[in-house]
Amino acid sequence: MRIAVLSGKGGTGKTLVSVNLAAAAKKAVYIDCDVEEPNGHLFFKPEMIESEEVSIKIPYVDENLCTGCRTCVDFCKYNALAYIANKLHVFEEVCHSCGGCVLLCPENALSEKNKSIGIVQKGVSEDVKVLTGILNPGEASGIPIIKKLLDDMEDMKEDNSLTFIDCPPGSACIVMESIKDADYCIMVAEPSLFGAHNLSMVYELIQLFKKPHGVVLNKCLTGENPSETFCNENGIKILATIPYTSELGTLNSNALIAVRVQETYRDLFSSLLQTLRKEMRHETALDS
Amino acid sequence: MKIAIPMDDKTMEGDVCISFGRAPYFLFYDIETKDVVFIENSAATSQGGAGIKAAQMVVDNQVDALLTPRCGENAAEVLNAANVKIYKTSSASVQDNIAAFEEGTLPLLDEIHAGFHGHGGK
Repeated sequence: MRIAVLSGKGGTGKTLVSVNLAAAAKKAVYIDCDVEEPNGHLFFKPEMIESEEVSIKIPYVDENLCTGCRTCVDFCKYNALAYIANKLHVFEEVCHSCGGCVLLCPENALSEKNKSIGIVQKGVSEDVKVLTGILNPGEASGIPIIKKLLDDMEDMKEDNSLTFIDCPPGSACIVMESIKDADYCIMVAEPSLFGAHNLSMVYELIQLFKKPHGVVLNKCLTGENPSETFCNENGIKILATIPYTSELGTLNSNALIAVRVQETYRDLFSSLLQTLRKEMRHETALDS
Repeated sequence: MKIAIPMDDKTMEGDVCISFGRAPYFLFYDIETKDVVFIENSAATSQGGAGIKAAQMVVDNQVDALLTPRCGENAAEVLNAANVKIYKTSSASVQDNIAAFEEGTLPLLDEIHAGFHGHGGK
């Protein structure tokens, strides 16, 4: 089963929830798809790390063959090519690697070259397999790295083991890519109006993808919780409530996995895991 | 000498557009013959790379200079490769800017912004 953990903004607790759930599940796979700033590995401190480069294809021109016909320039809907002063210019960061220009060039003057955009790291932390995507600073899109992570996830999956996908924040393309193969989505939300607004954005996305889902309310204090109100109004299942405590904050700032060091949190996340399994069984039963 | 200016409307009374790549129109003006030509900017509705496509169009019209309030780095790369000089407009009025250009008081645009690309996603 693949469980994606997402939220409408950064800092709500996606990593806290996904790291601790994977640690509570013991035998699990944790995938950090927040490739612009992956931080799950800081908690897991994985060992036996293997790295693999991820690259994309970029057109490359043989100036001796190019006749300046501009077929490629006219074709590219992202305008990644320009023909200036008898020379073809390729704007690598605008290119979406579709390969169309190479296919269409009547002179075969265009070919593809690899451009490295980041790496995927694999390691282990106790019984948790840890996969981390790291995008090079300045690159436009982390999606090729997420695709690679999710392909690798397919190879690593074992029977009954749970996979937790730590998503990038927000509800843009990069998040859609991260959740599209998930069996269940956990939305993490903060107890504020802003938090509830961000929750409503990811909720909309999840409905679009028709994913079974539930919410974890994080940083909970006594008093009004607009995110909880939003869940109640929309009939969204609240899977767990995590209190806002300095103890948890301290553990987190010291990059410790709460589940591995404190019984209170071991209980909290084991219970969340149980709720989750029950929810997912329920969903599977509904599907069949 | 021929110059190009991004425009909100296709009239000499219209305003200079604050965007280069996504300006609705371009004015091509010949300083010697006073010829005025307005061309619709097909790059304005591009999914991405509007600056590159708009700059390609400016270059294809064989202008010597572009008068614009702003210009992104990709567009500037195209314009520089074609030796098109980029000047900074000083007001919204086309006429004032052309006059200032002819007097030689319009400064070169020295601030090229990093652009807004990469936000469209894939």
